[in-house]
Amino acid sequence: MTVPASTGVPILRLGDVLVTGLLNELDDKTAVAFADELTERISSDGARGVLIDISRLEIIDSYVARMLMELTTMSRLLGARVIVAGMQPPVAITLVELGLQLTGVETALNAEQGLTALGWHRSPQAPEGVLRDAHR
Amino acid sequence: MSSTETGVRELVAGALEAEADDIADRWVQLQLARTEQGAESNEGVLREEADGLVGAVTAGLRSDVPVDRLVATHHDLRRAVSEFSMRRARKGAAPTATSMAVLTLKEALLAAVQRRTHDGDELYAAALLINQLLDGAGALCFDTYVEGREEIIRRQSRQLLEVSTPVVRLWRQVLAVPLIGTLDTARTQVVMENLLQAIQEHEARVAIIDITGVPTVDTAVAQHLMHTVNAVRLMGADCVISGIRPPIAQTIAQLGIDLSTILTRATLADALSAAIELRDSPAQAALAER
Amino acid sequence: MTPIGELHAAMADLTGDGPEKPEKREKSEAGVTGGREAPSMYPVESEEDLLTVRHAVRAATIRAGFGIVDQTRVVTAASELARNAYIHGGGGTLTIEHPAGPDRTGLRLVVRDKGPGIADLETALTDGYTTGAGLGHGLGGARRLMDEFEVDTTEGRGTTVVATRWASR
Repeated sequence: MTVPASTGVPILRLGDVLVTGLLNELDDKTAVAFADELTERISSDGARGVLIDISRLEIIDSYVARMLMELTTMSRLLGARVIVAGMQPPVAITLVELGLQLTGVETALNAEQGLTALGWHRSPQAPEGVLRDAHR
Repeated sequence: MSSTETGVRELVAGALEAEADDIADRWVQLQLARTEQGAESNEGVLREEADGLVGAVTAGLRSDVPVDRLVATHHDLRRAVSEFSMRRARKGAAPTATSMAVLTLKEALLAAVQRRTHDGDELYAAALLINQLLDGAGALCFDTYVEGREEIIRRQSRQLLEVSTPVVRLWRQVLAVPLIGTLDTARTQVVMENLLQAIQEHEARVAIIDITGVPTVDTAVAQHLMHTVNAVRLMGADCVISGIRPPIAQTIAQLGIDLSTILTRATLADALSAAIELRDSPAQAALAER
Repeated sequence: MTPIGELHAAMADLTGDGPEKPEKREKSEAGVTGGREAPSMYPVESEEDLLTVRHAVRAATIRAGFGIVDQTRVVTAASELARNAYIHGGGGTLTIEHPAGPDRTGLRLVVRDKGPGIADLETALTDGYTTGAGLGHGLGGARRLMDEFEVDTTEGRGTTVVATRWASR
């Protein structure tokens, strides 16, 4: 198969930055399909940055942690910088106790700060066009 | 359950049902008679209590839970007894007084059974059953009382813990936690939780942990600090540790603890200037690697 | 609405995961057990089961009065253990028990699988050891998140992990 199965996880495009977010109900199959779809989009849209909002994730186990690390590596290979934003405090504490560092993964407090770090600024003219939902 | 036990339970439960009002009345009177002079006892409240407990005991006996485990495992009965004890504890009653009050119910119950049978064997068996049942209730009363007191102590020490680890906003997007006293696991957990929460609320970029007031740093404390720093980084902020006094620096070196991935400064003032620098170059600051 | 707000709304629409969705309830029976719940068992035979288990454990931690961090610890440990049983153990069950000592209450996870067992338990509990997906932090990591942790494994006969966390006091 050449077209990855749609995961129902929207990936928005803001200039050369892709913005997406993970939900709590993420199962393993969806996670894999999401990684496929995201890398596909980075390549086809020529994205230079990816913001993954995880403020809705109530837990991160080693499987999801590995996925985030792999996504970061894959995206970097495709020329895009990934920022994972909005980790909840209990999730951060649990991850540390679990012994996971998310090595190599850049983090930001929230999506706004993550976007700023990726060099995306609210453009003064015609924000509507920029915010168009690019979900397929 | 043996057939004799079933019979005796039937007898006692029957007495309870038929004479619930009388039993409750008598129990109230017995308690009033034994109350010390001047002690506050409201007959209405006592009566309400008595009705509740008599009802729960009846329900318990009508269930199929064995008598020796009845008070401990029957939901309604256990709750009735616990609440009875809690209510009295809150009113300042001594735990023994509360237990004695429950045991007084024996007399009222036995009197009711006596009115229904004159068979010696039956009476003896009923007395045993009532004893077993209410001794359990008396013990539970005591337990509940102690548990209630311990709960208060626990709550106070938790509050004390939270009060003793304030997170202060030092600068725009810069927070600080001055740690004073010995760091143990429980305390570090609270510090970590409060700090991460505050980082989220204030959208802080940098958190300073000042350990000037920490007397000693051993491997465990260093580990706790590392955990905190790592959790802060996972959230997308950064951490500076300040106030490492010379003897502590020596200990850390001698223990071979590796704090090299953590930014450390001697004083809080140095840490603040480092924090402001970090804040203005967040791109590198946020990298969880390092 | 901010772009992120829009994104969340879009995601919520798509997945039906909006905030208005009522908490999924699973069977629970209080009964004549002194206010304690009877243990409840959940199958771990598919990826969907992993999600169901997480929901059930979360709900149980809330009812047990755990704080948000302890909830997260226990749910994460349950996720690790259930995934282990599903991937390495060829499926199994997770049972939620409600232990109560004289002066404390907690939550106990019993995860049983019928897989090949763990040949070298010592190594399996070491960080970084893995024979499947994940980071190899499954067993060792779960152990660090719980207060008590026991593994009973027989080669060829499956593995049982019993992990308990007590409500912090």
